[in-house]
Formats: sequence, structure tokens, C-alpha cells
Amino acid sequence: MFENLSDRLERSFKILKGQGTITEINVAETLKEIRKALIDADVNYKVAKTFTDEVKKKALGQNVLTSLQPGQLMVKIVHDELAELMGGSSVDVNLKGSPAVILMSGLQGSGKTTFSGKLANLLKSKRGKNPLLVACDVYRPAAIEQLKIIGSQVNVPVYSEEGNLNAVQIAQNAVKFAKQNNHDLVIIDTAGRLAIDEQMMKEIANIKAAVNPQETLFVVDSMTGQDAVNTAKEFNDRLNFDGVILTKLDGDTRGGAALSIRSVVTKPIKFVGTGEKMDALDTFYPERMADRILGMGDIVSFVERAQEMYDEEESRRLSKKLAKNQFDFNDFLSQLQQIKKMGNLKDIASMIPGVGKALKDVDLDESVFKTTEAIIHSMTPFERERPDIMTGTRRQRIANGSGTSIQEVNRLLKQFDDMRKMMKMVSQNKVPGRKK
Amino acid sequence: MGIFQLFSKDKQETLDKGLERTKTSVFAKLSRAVAGKSKVDDEVLDNLEEVLVTSDVGIETTLRIIERIEKRAARDKYIGTAELNTILKEEIAALLSESNQETAMDFEAEIEHKPYVIMVVGVNGVGKTTTIGKLAYQFKKAGKTVYLGAADTFRAAAVEQLVIWGERVGVPVIKQQMGSDPASVAFDTLTSAKANNADVIIIDTAGRLHNKVNLMNELTKIKNVMQKVVPNAPHEVLLVLDGSTGQNAFEQARQFTKTTQVTALAITKLDGTAKGGVVIGISDQFHIPVRYIGLGERMEDLQLFDKDKFVETLFEQH
Repeated sequence: MFENLSDRLERSFKILKGQGTITEINVAETLKEIRKALIDADVNYKVAKTFTDEVKKKALGQNVLTSLQPGQLMVKIVHDELAELMGGSSVDVNLKGSPAVILMSGLQGSGKTTFSGKLANLLKSKRGKNPLLVACDVYRPAAIEQLKIIGSQVNVPVYSEEGNLNAVQIAQNAVKFAKQNNHDLVIIDTAGRLAIDEQMMKEIANIKAAVNPQETLFVVDSMTGQDAVNTAKEFNDRLNFDGVILTKLDGDTRGGAALSIRSVVTKPIKFVGTGEKMDALDTFYPERMADRILGMGDIVSFVERAQEMYDEEESRRLSKKLAKNQFDFNDFLSQLQQIKKMGNLKDIASMIPGVGKALKDVDLDESVFKTTEAIIHSMTPFERERPDIMTGTRRQRIANGSGTSIQEVNRLLKQFDDMRKMMKMVSQNKVPGRKK
Repeated sequence: MGIFQLFSKDKQETLDKGLERTKTSVFAKLSRAVAGKSKVDDEVLDNLEEVLVTSDVGIETTLRIIERIEKRAARDKYIGTAELNTILKEEIAALLSESNQETAMDFEAEIEHKPYVIMVVGVNGVGKTTTIGKLAYQFKKAGKTVYLGAADTFRAAAVEQLVIWGERVGVPVIKQQMGSDPASVAFDTLTSAKANNADVIIIDTAGRLHNKVNLMNELTKIKNVMQKVVPNAPHEVLLVLDGSTGQNAFEQARQFTKTTQVTALAITKLDGTAKGGVVIGISDQFHIPVRYIGLGERMEDLQLFDKDKFVETLFEQH
């Protein structure tokens, strides 16, 4: 996430590196670069301007800190400002109410239906809710069908009324249905609509008035450009929504929309969508996001995600082996199984500080797991424990045994070696970036 | 209006209406920027920068345009506000022109090598399926036999969505189960369409983020498989871009071009408040023509892109 913006900012900070104090001149150059980088990252023109003005004020006020490198100081100032701009601490969804009602809104193609499914899944599995999904997109071909399929994927019932074009009525009936059937949570998916479509905006305002939701969420594509502020503002004026959902963050968008929306409508970003799978969503943490923007990685999310999946005993054993550099193919194999459970490999790896950037152009192919497992299974127990003894004949035998080529075996051995080095670095905290 | 005869009058009105938001906002700002000034000063250029940047033109393209104008101002010593509009139009048209010299393929045009295969690609949620429905409608209206291939076998109900469009327009849709191999669906579609002597085949594909290597490689496979039925297929790889997308559209264009050799662009959702300015830079940098623009959710809401008209409409004074 946001690698490009971090790259740009890192480059702009280099201008300051090696200079003793922050002066009007050197800060102006850096700020110009930052502003360009922000605009390039789709931060709204005006927001970017305000942001750099603010950073400038703070930077010039701190010219006496000679002990710090100006570059580091600027990183800190920019980081703090970014975090502040994206809002204080994280804000939870409001689930009080029987049933609690959550209403989705947003433009076409922003990802409302997919997110509805993810949210239902999350609140069901982590909060013990009994959700009901409601199909109120009565316009787009097969939209109801789509929600039904998603509902069946996450095992959540979907309320729909075939042939009824009155979305307000469907929403009302759904809430009644939920009450009668002990659903304590209702998630209403709606049609995508343009903010300037008067009729459609009226419709969603009417749905909101009719069902009085605890949460109205505005779902927005993280790749959105300058128009994000206008759309967010229009929707907010009409719906006074409670939070923003940022989708498709698993892409390589710089995601400037996150900054601008937050500053224009002052509503918290509550979740981010990070993939097409039903568990690919994360809570939004402004601090972590600011870290990510500056290329400091997101170690907290990484640890949390890992903790959910790993048993403690196993990780303690593993970290010992890592520290001693005894990590072998047996561990690798068992880690593969664990990692597969954790989700997308690249997403996970990119949470580690410093690694995201290193992996930017690395192809982490998940289907490679299969071949990898086959190769490891073709090794003798001795070879698995001693990855450094692989001679040419051993490699050839392994390739034959696993139905792969010697090139593939070599590639794996190389990858394993790199991985070992990387893990050693991580375990010894040698990764640059995070200080706090 | 001679150069715009590609559009019939009613089509032109739809386009004007659709682009009205784009036009008035860009132009209103621009008029404000130059109002009461007799020459291009820094303030005007600053305002111009804001206008272009907030239209998603992007900082690089914006700076290029501004640089050109500054040079001209320095050379001519004096540029009146009236001239500024002309220059702007010329500059933007110049950026678009290199890639858009050939006239867009008209729906009525004779097809030389039947079947003409169009593969539609793009990231999630840009409007691929809807665009295909609209394209099918246009080709059918022009008297062409059209086949659609539901090769988005991944997204929930994507097949159903295309089937509904097929019914609406009245063209056959070749499909398999959700989760089946998209290349196999494309193969079936081409085989069936070829046997029935179809004119145009449009293949829908699943939305995919351009940084997912596996998914991008899948597109190459679909392409290769299609060539087993129709050599040279696909004749057109249409990358659909969401008009409200910001600078990431560049990266989308870059990656999709790398994997699938995109030959044309379609820009959707231009009936909203988004300006679609990013197209200018993309078309310029990757030399890919913009072929279609989407202006709404109805079957009729698709137009052939016309560069001159696009620029004209963008800066037309009302």
C-alpha cells in the first residue's frame, strides 16, 4: 500500500539529508516535492496545499534541534501531520439497537456489495452477531443475485424481494423480518448512484429516514481521484453518514483519497478492503496508515494477524531457531501451511517495515506453494535439516522426484536463502524505519 | 460542425448533456481564473494549474501544458485571456491527437475479417460488463451479429449480469458455471460465434487489480487460447477505465498494456462530477486511442470518442 507515495517522500527527504538545519530555502524545495507527491497520490489539490503549509509552519519552528538530522525531523513532522489529517484513534461501528441497522452508500463499482458480505462475515465471526443481508439494489442487472451468492459464501441469509422496485419498502420489510427472525444486525446493500442523480439520492435519503440506521457508511474506491472530495461531500450533505469505507487498497494506488475525504467531511474511515476474499478487510488505523505512507511498514497489523493464526508455543520455538539461523525446510514447510491460512502472502509481507518496498517488484506467486511443497517433500529428512548441503546430484534427484526442473529447485533454494536472511534481519530488529 | 458528423444530432445532444458537468466546472473555473486579466501572469497560471489538477489531469501533464503556455507567453510577450482558451484547446488536442489520428471504428463500418474479437479488461468495478452491454447494443443496432462471452467466471453473479444484458439487447451469451476456466469460456464463445458466422465477439473478463501477477497472467492465457480459434484474436483489447479514477489509472494502463497489449480505451461514468482528465496524459504517454465513453446506465449511454469534440466540449463557452 502507498509504496509510491513513500518513495516520492523518501526522495524528497533526501534533499534535506546532510544539511544541518532547516532553513526557509531547503524546506521550500522539500515541500514542493511533497506537495507534488501528494497531488500525484490523488490528494485533493486544496488539501495538499493546506497540508504543506501546516508542515512548513512546524518545520520552521524547529530549527534549533541540531541533534537531529533535518531529514528525520521532516519525516516526523510529515508523519504526525498525516496521522492527524486522517483522524485520531480508530472508531468502531455502532452496533447498539435491536436489530442494529447498517446502510451502505456509494458510487457505482465502489465495492458496496463485496464489502457488505465482508462486514457480515466479520461481525458474525468476531462479534457473534446474527446478521441479515438486504438486497436493495433493484436496478443493476444481477445485483441481487450477486449478494445472494456472497451471502451463501459467508453463510449469512439474504433478504430480497424479486420484482419489487421499491427499495425503501424492501428495507423496511427487511427490518421487520429481522425482528421476527432474531437477527440482531441488518446490513443493507444499495444501488450505486452518482451524487448528482437527484432521484437516486432522494431514494437513499428515504431509505435512511425509513429504517433509521445506527451506521450509514460511505463506500469509496481508494483509487478515486480529485473528485473524491466532491462525491464524499455530496453524500455527506444528503446522508450525514457515520463513516467511510476505503476499498481496493490491495492495489497499488497511492490512496490520497483517504487523506482528502477525511479532511473534507471529518468522518472517520472505519474499514479498508484489501482483497476479493471475504476475510480481506481491516480496521482503519490512522497512525498505522501514516506509518505505511512513509514506508515505515505496518508491523502492528502484521503481529495481530500473525497472533490470530499462530500458536504461541510454535512461534517461540520458531523465533529461537530464527535467531540462531537454524531455520530449515521442515520449518519452512510448516510455515507455508500457516502462511496459507493467514491470507495473501504479499499483503502480509508488505506489513513488515522495510519489506513492502523490497517486495514491490517481487512476484510472490501463491500457486508456487504447490510446487514448493512438492520440492520439499522430495528432499530427504537430512536435506531438509541442512539446506546448505545441496549438491548438483541432490538437486537433480529432487527435481526428478517432484516432477519439476532443476531450475525450479534452484530458484526455491535461492528464495529460501533470501528468506532466511530476511527473517534473520526481522528477528534481530535490523530493519530500518520504526523508532517508536 | 463538419468534423463531428460521426455523431448524429441526438447523439451529440446526449454527449453535450453528459459532458456538461465536466464542461461547466472546468470552464467556470477557468473563466474565473482569467476574468479581468489582460495577460497571463503567475496567478493565472496558478489557477490554471488548479483547474487542470482538480480535473485529474495529473501534475506532470499539467506542468507540461503550463510550461508550453509560459514559453509562448515569453515569446509573444503578451497573451490575452481570449487567446489562452485557444492555446489550451490546442495543447490538449495535441496531447490527444497523436494517439487518436485514425477515426474511431464506427459501429456501422464494414468488418473486413469476421469475426472481429474484442476482449474487455480492467480493474474491479470500472463498468466492464455494462460497457459490453452498451457496445453489443450499438453493434446490433448497426446490423451486426454479436456474440458475448461471459469469461468473468469469478465475481459473484457476473455471468448472470451479462446474460441479462444479452437478453436486453437480444444477443446470445456463451457461458459456463461460475468458477470455470475463463479461457475455456472464451474458446467456446469464439468457436460458437465462428460457426454461426458472427460479425463481432465481445469477451467479458473478471475485474482484476493490475498488481496481481497471477490474475494478469490469466489474461495472457485467455488471449492465447482465443488465437487457436481465430488467428490474430483479439483484434481489440479494450481497457475500461473509471472516469473518476485518479492517477492510478496510469498504472492500470501501464500494467494492462504490458500483459495484454491494450489497443483502445473506454472511459466510463463521465456523466458524474468526475472530469476524466487523466485520459489526456494516458493517451499521450501510451499512445493508445480513447475509443468509447460511457455516460450513464442505459443501453444508449455510450458514445464513440471524438478527440476534437471532447476538447471542444470541454472548453466550450456557454
